[in-house]
Amino acid sequence: MAERADLMSTVPDPDPLMEKEPVPGFEPLIVTIACHYCSYAAADLAGSMRLQYPHNIRIIRTPCTGKVDVLYILKAFEEGADGVYVAGCEEGGCHFDIGNLYAKQRIYYAKKLIQQVGLEPERVEMFNIAASAGPRFAEVAALMTERVKRLGPSPINIKRI
Amino acid sequence: MIIAEQKPLEEIREMLGDAKKVMVLGCGACVTICFAGGSKEVGILSSQLRIAAKKDGKELEVIEDTIERQCENEFFESVKDKMKEADVVLSIACGVGVQTIAELFPDILVLPGLNTTSFGRPKEPGVFAEYCGGCGDCILDLTGGICPIARCSKSLLNGPCGGSENGMCEVDPKTIQCAWHLIFEKLEKMGRLDQIEKINPPKDWSNSMSGGVRNIVREDLLEVKLES
Amino acid sequence: MKSNSNLEKVFASGQLAVTGELGPPKGTNIKVIEEKAKHLKGMVDAVNLTDNQTAIVRLSSIASAKILLDIGLEPVMQMVCRDRNRLAMQSDLFGAVALGVRNMLCLSGDHQVFGNHPQAKNVYDIDSVQMINMLKTMRDEGKLLSGDEIDGEFKMFIGAAENPFGDPFASRVPRLAKKIAAGVDFIQTQCIYDMERFKKWMEGARARGLHEKCFIMAGVTPLKSAGMANYMNNKVSGISIPEDIIKRMKGVPKEQQAEEGIKIMVEQIDELRKVEGIKGIHLMAIEWEHRVPELVERAGLLPRPKFD
Ligand code: SF4
Ligand code: SF4
Repeated sequence: MAERADLMSTVPDPDPLMEKEPVPGFEPLIVTIACHYCSYAAADLAGSMRLQYPHNIRIIRTPCTGKVDVLYILKAFEEGADGVYVAGCEEGGCHFDIGNLYAKQRIYYAKKLIQQVGLEPERVEMFNIAASAGPRFAEVAALMTERVKRLGPSPINIKRI
Repeated sequence: MIIAEQKPLEEIREMLGDAKKVMVLGCGACVTICFAGGSKEVGILSSQLRIAAKKDGKELEVIEDTIERQCENEFFESVKDKMKEADVVLSIACGVGVQTIAELFPDILVLPGLNTTSFGRPKEPGVFAEYCGGCGDCILDLTGGICPIARCSKSLLNGPCGGSENGMCEVDPKTIQCAWHLIFEKLEKMGRLDQIEKINPPKDWSNSMSGGVRNIVREDLLEVKLES
Repeated sequence: MKSNSNLEKVFASGQLAVTGELGPPKGTNIKVIEEKAKHLKGMVDAVNLTDNQTAIVRLSSIASAKILLDIGLEPVMQMVCRDRNRLAMQSDLFGAVALGVRNMLCLSGDHQVFGNHPQAKNVYDIDSVQMINMLKTMRDEGKLLSGDEIDGEFKMFIGAAENPFGDPFASRVPRLAKKIAAGVDFIQTQCIYDMERFKKWMEGARARGLHEKCFIMAGVTPLKSAGMANYMNNKVSGISIPEDIIKRMKGVPKEQQAEEGIKIMVEQIDELRKVEGIKGIHLMAIEWEHRVPELVERAGLLPRPKFD
């Protein structure tokens, strides 16, 4: 199982969620919104390095995480995603300077929005992954998958399990 | 512009009750600027309503639309048929928009999705500040262009009161600047401190909300009708 | 004489005036007033009756004033702008005068968010400066704000509060001047701990001759404990307590802090009465009315003058 390691993210450290047991037999569907300049490149790198990462994630590329709207996140949940995370450049390393910092603010807002409708705020997170960090990309994918496995299926698609 | 904010989702859902088909209708004017009721907020709120309904296993169809302005009759032309199809129209315009719908469409149930708070402006990104109280008798000429009616917590005309500290108002020292501190500084900068010692007389509130409903009638603009 | 009140007479006689303060009960229990008044009788020249202080509902200042009059103590009736519009104010003022009230204190009033009805709609139809001016017009011209004639006599000694410690500091002397221009007869200041700033304010007032245009009373409140000093310094807006006073309070054991507070107060009063332009002391012994005899005695403020 992936360690939280020293990842920059909105995940608390220590992460109380990881103390729970994963829901048996549950394979979550997770949407990854990745920045073209870093995390998306890191995903490519992970691929060419033949690193294994869970098949649960579906990657969407954005020109910058600053482009991420809370509506994208809500739409993903509306369509049945169990978790969503945004992967941007490391803080200070954004191609557009501060797009990833705006994204982080919005992730906190998105947490509030989904909480209002009865979903756990832990289903949405933000990670920072540099373009050169192929292994880290794989780690994050594994970590988020493990976390969502512990949350169980999104309450809007209970029937899937 | 008019400043508003969304009502708590909880309250909105309670208002909507068991409605099966809801139209969330946004407004492209002030409430778009203050991120409370524009097309983006229509999308977010609609999505939230759908997710919440799915979670509760309730049937709910949400139609989304936004018109240019909800306070004027003309703009409803393009959406009126859709509005009639819905059980409820949840308007996320200011209170004027909601009432316009109530007036124009007597058969449609319209509900307010926002709390309309004030006249103000986007002072900085994410901060929407109150600037005017619509008192009907503007006195900004006396106060260095800073409104004590809306921006002093006690609407004092001869401030500052004793609660002004480090430029902030006692009512909320974190978010409210003391209007009279600002007025004092402004007049000082303009070399008009003599103004601060002039006693501003009791205000004539008869042009404010206290004076009854304020409808303005301009004879020169009234609709002309041919006499038959 | 503007009002013939005892307080006005004390000022007119050139003696140092002393006023106290009494918070009416949060209900109808007038025994509270009678009990507190007992300790104040003969110890002060007049007693302020607060008007829903800190926006907490209490027995009205008008009724309290009448109760005090019946006991034989002179009231200074406070009135805030928060709860009444100009109609209610003027009508209540008629009532007060008819009942024998002769001293008033005009205040903006604490905002209702601080009180027990934060959901209330406030009034603030007129502000304290305008209230002063309204009272002056009522007294000197026998006219209401509307210009209508008042049926009967209207005598009143008009007071107001001033806070030399509010910001911006440079606005505080002009504000005093404004209240004087509006017609104030006497001023009671916010409680003074920061002597330096107070003296600076008085200097500014004297430079403009304001100390001769109204009677300025210095406000004092004895500190009961180091905790109270801390609380007032941090939580009560418009009050700042200098570090050395807080240190002094903390420097003695808990049981002796009240005594230390009284010592500080006595020293403050000694110092304040020497300040040119100070014509009186306003002693706000918050929920310490029973100790007022001791306080005024130790501060050398007794005996109080008597007039026939
Ligand atoms: S004085 Fe009246 S009209 Fe002018 S800004 Fe203030 S509230 Fe608005
Ligand atoms: S602190 Fe300033 S803004 Fe607040 S009530 Fe007093 S004068 Fe008005």
